[in-house]
Amino acid sequence: MSGPNDISEERAARYLEVQNSQEFAALRKKFRGFVFPMTGAFLAWYFLYVILATYATDFMSQHVVGNITVGLILGLLQFVTTFAITMYYARWADRELDPAAEKLAEHMERGTLQ
Amino acid sequence: MNALVIPAATQVGNTTLNIAIFSIFVLVTLGIVIRVSKQNTSAADYYAGGRAFSGRQNGIAITGDYLSAASFLGIAGAIAVNGYDGFLYSIGFLVAWLVALLLVAELLRNTGKFTMADVLSFRLKQRPVRTAAAINTLAVSAFYLLAQMAGAGGLVALLLGITDRTGQSIVIAVVGALMIIYVLIGGMKGTTWVQIIKAGLLIFGAGVMTLWVGAKYGFNLSGLFDDAIKQAGNSNILNPGLQYKNKIDFISLSIALVLGTAGLPHVLMRFYTVPTSKEARRSVVWAIWLIGLFYLFTLVLGYGAQALVGSAAIKAAPGGVNSAAPLLAYKLGGELLLGVISAVAFATILAVVAGLTITASASFAHDIYAQVIKKGAVSPDDEVKVARRTAVVVGILAIIGGIFANGQNIAFLVALAFAVAASANLPTILYSLFWKNFTTRGALFSMYGGLISSLVLIIGSPVVSGAATSMFPSANFQWFGLNNPGIISVPLSFFLGWLGSVTEKEHNAAKYAEMEVRSLTGAGAEKAISH
Repeated sequence: MSGPNDISEERAARYLEVQNSQEFAALRKKFRGFVFPMTGAFLAWYFLYVILATYATDFMSQHVVGNITVGLILGLLQFVTTFAITMYYARWADRELDPAAEKLAEHMERGTLQ
Repeated sequence: MNALVIPAATQVGNTTLNIAIFSIFVLVTLGIVIRVSKQNTSAADYYAGGRAFSGRQNGIAITGDYLSAASFLGIAGAIAVNGYDGFLYSIGFLVAWLVALLLVAELLRNTGKFTMADVLSFRLKQRPVRTAAAINTLAVSAFYLLAQMAGAGGLVALLLGITDRTGQSIVIAVVGALMIIYVLIGGMKGTTWVQIIKAGLLIFGAGVMTLWVGAKYGFNLSGLFDDAIKQAGNSNILNPGLQYKNKIDFISLSIALVLGTAGLPHVLMRFYTVPTSKEARRSVVWAIWLIGLFYLFTLVLGYGAQALVGSAAIKAAPGGVNSAAPLLAYKLGGELLLGVISAVAFATILAVVAGLTITASASFAHDIYAQVIKKGAVSPDDEVKVARRTAVVVGILAIIGGIFANGQNIAFLVALAFAVAASANLPTILYSLFWKNFTTRGALFSMYGGLISSLVLIIGSPVVSGAATSMFPSANFQWFGLNNPGIISVPLSFFLGWLGSVTEKEHNAAKYAEMEVRSLTGAGAEKAISH
């Protein structure tokens, strides 16, 4: 049966070779080491905010300056952290991830790991 | 109370002007669609715009796809009427993009070809997994499509002064027909340009209104809130709790919002329109900035509408809560600004519906027809032919559905689409990208379990029956107290994916190696086509 993603045996063997290489293991570790903790952190911060907005309404309703409440500031901080994580990740991935990934992709196409 | 001058009591503004501005939009976009689609021949052209869009272009198009009528009219209206809770809602929609940025966009771009199912079925059994993924794609797109078409009816009532059902139905049919034309002529390339133009207009229009409101209050947010409180006669509009009375229900909604975005098939499909994973990353970065900026605008617009128009006048207007932004435009800039904002709102519905139609037709033609029915023995040309025919069918179904759903709450329907996406799609996407031992059974358990559980809970919820605001207010078969199923269906779907996988031994080492290496390095990923 021919599937939509069929590749040659030689190429399949190369994928396995790359997957088992130290360089690839390092790339995967680096990527996961960044995105997993970061995802945990922003989800925790988001749900903390949601729970405060549902269960700590008195706290969120406190006025800080004029009509600016704690709730508004925390909400705007969600925007700030989202923008900050976006910029931080994009810069990190451009610098740390792409060169290593490109190198492995080149090896993959050339057929050697050296 | 400020009395709002509403001519003829049922509508605001100048109908002829509204129609004229909208017609200009249609003509200009249609011209562009025809121009850019001269080379719309291959499957990669039709489904993925030749993968030739830049990250910035695609980011703007994603913004156009994402900021639907529910976002623009719905969130501005929710803030105008319920204050802080509307703002809270928009935050979930924004933060959700981090899931797409960090975990999904780049890996999906490298692994797949045209659809979500390409990725999910990559290393599992093709036919069952593809079928399930296609069914989920169609289900989510149907909910979302219905929401947009339902919104069109309400908008027509407000902007064109058409209050009878027949007249509104005709306009819904016109919107649907236009959308079919865009998709047939333009494919993904044309649709993408419509999204880009629409996103530009929407952000520009909202930006002008925001500056206008800001200037009225010397750019003092606290002063704007002062007026909004005075107008509302209720200082609680600055505090959470006016809209969401049921705390668990709100948490359930938040789960669906934050996890749903990265499971929306029409959003995922947009990542295939760029040449590399780096450009996919750039797309999301652009989208996050633009969407975030837009939600900051809606905060000002919502409270501005409360302060300058008043929630009583908004609720009394045809179109109800959704009319806050158009009424504010009328108050600020008279007929002309209202005409522009109305045209933008129409364009929004048109563009989002076109995006959904192309996604649904791609999933049917590429996944179900080509891979499941024909087992891959089909030429790309035939596949695209089927996709075009499917687009016509989807368009006609959307028109019929829209006519029947006219008057339903748009924001609710969209929230339900997010709930189904978060429960039926996201767990399997994450498992298949990150978990080595994930199996076909795990995928099927998770996808069908997530879809069925969320649908069953929705049918048993107050959204469908047992409350005055239900779809069927006179019936009562409600047993699930929450409006949103996410808090149950999302964890259940993750659990089922795990359960199915640990009870089965399936590991295709070669396919797994190919998928993992491809997803992280881009080696073997689909290339852009150059004409």
